[in-house]
Amino acid sequence: MKVKAADYLIYDEEKKLYKEDPEQIVRDDVEKHYWKHVGLTIVKDWRLYVMLVPMLLVFLFWRYFPMYELLGCFKVSDEILPVSEQLFSGFSYFKRLLVSGDALSTEFWRALRNTFILSFYGLCFGFPFPIVLALFFNEVRSNAARSIYQVLTYLPKFMSTVVMTSLVAMLVKQGSVTTGYGVLSQLLAKIGIISEETAYAGLLNNPAYFRTIYELSGIWETAGYGSIVYFAAIIAVSPTSYEAAQIDGAGKMAQMKYVVLPSILSTIVIMLITRIGSLLSIGYEKVLLLYNANTYVTADVVSTFAQRYGLQGSAKGIASAAEMMNNVIGMLLVIGSNTIARKASNVSLY
Amino acid sequence: MKRKLEISELIFKIISYLFLTMFSIMCLYPFVYAISAAISGRHAVEYAQVVLFPKQIQFEAFKRMFTNNMFWNSYSNTLFITLYGTLFAVGYSILGAYALSKKRLLFRKAFNFFLVFTMWFSAGIVPQYLNYLSTKKVFNGIGITDDKWLVIIAMGMAAMNVILLRNAFENVPSEIEEAAIVDGATEFQVLSKVYIPMSKSTIATVALFFAISRWNGYFWARQMITNQNEHPLMVFIRLKLEEYTDAEAMAGWNETYASDSVVYALIVCSIVPILIIYPFIQKYFAKGVNVGGVKE
Repeated sequence: MKVKAADYLIYDEEKKLYKEDPEQIVRDDVEKHYWKHVGLTIVKDWRLYVMLVPMLLVFLFWRYFPMYELLGCFKVSDEILPVSEQLFSGFSYFKRLLVSGDALSTEFWRALRNTFILSFYGLCFGFPFPIVLALFFNEVRSNAARSIYQVLTYLPKFMSTVVMTSLVAMLVKQGSVTTGYGVLSQLLAKIGIISEETAYAGLLNNPAYFRTIYELSGIWETAGYGSIVYFAAIIAVSPTSYEAAQIDGAGKMAQMKYVVLPSILSTIVIMLITRIGSLLSIGYEKVLLLYNANTYVTADVVSTFAQRYGLQGSAKGIASAAEMMNNVIGMLLVIGSNTIARKASNVSLY
Repeated sequence: MKRKLEISELIFKIISYLFLTMFSIMCLYPFVYAISAAISGRHAVEYAQVVLFPKQIQFEAFKRMFTNNMFWNSYSNTLFITLYGTLFAVGYSILGAYALSKKRLLFRKAFNFFLVFTMWFSAGIVPQYLNYLSTKKVFNGIGITDDKWLVIIAMGMAAMNVILLRNAFENVPSEIEEAAIVDGATEFQVLSKVYIPMSKSTIATVALFFAISRWNGYFWARQMITNQNEHPLMVFIRLKLEEYTDAEAMAGWNETYASDSVVYALIVCSIVPILIIYPFIQKYFAKGVNVGGVKE
């Protein structure tokens, strides 16, 4: 920083003369001995920094140290040696996955495509549903009735993935010689949506139904909870806006279009951008609990691919290379969408 | 004109009520079904005749679970992990968020970025697994052989929750803090006597988020806990489901109740505590969403 001579002088009203500005001398000193001042400030406020330490350590040990293990994607996989001593292998794992064209590479591309398709379906079907739900909540005028609806629809969000997937698995389970097939399959077969044979074979064993089951159970789980944020935006609309619209002769649809929708538009845009940002981060736990060898074709996502080869198998280098590619693209999407959100609405998510 | 308006409104209202009622029933049905199936007889469950109400009522499946020591073991493990895991996570999150909320903290931006970056990028399953393995070795080396502590300490950190707390602390007016300092309060007293009481509801929300994720945690607990006496409930449920849906393992099943009923009984047992406290905590859950994330 350039300091002008005038900065050092201040005018003293009483004595009618210029004198040196003591604050500027301090500022100057800070600049000269920057690290000394940093040290002094930390010593003065040491309690604050001590408070910060446990959190930083936890994140450092179990969020940042794993990133060091990512070096494994560039090294020859070796179970015994620590990652720092393994031989350097360059981009061979990435090449193998992306361009080699062998079975493993095909499987990786399939996993990447599935990851994208599952998220994309979630965006198309799972995203609008909470908005519709919030609009409907708004129609319920009685507080008691609305509370009951809300309590019931938030409920699935509290269930663990294990419980939820277990219930799904039992409701559509396969039949056998001694037992019938699941209740939900029976209902669907009776209505005629699925044939008796598919119901008997078990819907979770059929790759054609995996995505539907995944998305529907996702809606079931998150729609009620997801509607909260939209509903909060809708009830923030002043009743006078509705009255004004009614006086102007607006029917229900016109009120929706000109009063409700504009008021929740910014929320919708932000949520949409967030959703696009997390397009490649599929929760692996749910897929892992729902899929099986029969449904890899449509169900296998990059994380489960990595889990299968890295944790069950021993291809640690390849598995982490696969997931790293997925996560890097995911991070770029998040940063990109956040930048767009900031530019578009002055609202940043972080 | 007036009449038409009323009709369109009425139709929309009817659709709303119908849809909400149907969706609410859909949200509730699986749990009701699980309870009914858990206490229905073998034939009714195996041939899927139970639709809503239990048939050929029996309580043997529950009895089988309640007399199983492993069940109680896993239940107490889950309670242990939830209690200590939540305390630990809330503890360091409050301390860290308090420090981050102070404008006078040096390198504040860098610390914030350090936190937020973990939400953008994760190393992935395999590196995390290797990291936990070495952590486990270190823990064993210093004498902690119970893997539950690994789950409590090394897992379940969430940058989002720290940010929620930080935002709440930032909203506490600084005049109150200054007044406390003038009265001779130390840094720690300012936190415990001013900030924590003034952000009680956010702290409750965050504690709830941590507790729910601890109660429901499955994947890493299954990967890292080797001793099956230390398995939490979710791992126990999944292992039972895998065992009881395996046709070969179930070939010799000759009880008066279906093997499925045992799994349903387990599911019911695992959700009952949540259902009991749910009405009390639901409002905090709703609040967490509204204060979360978006920050101008």
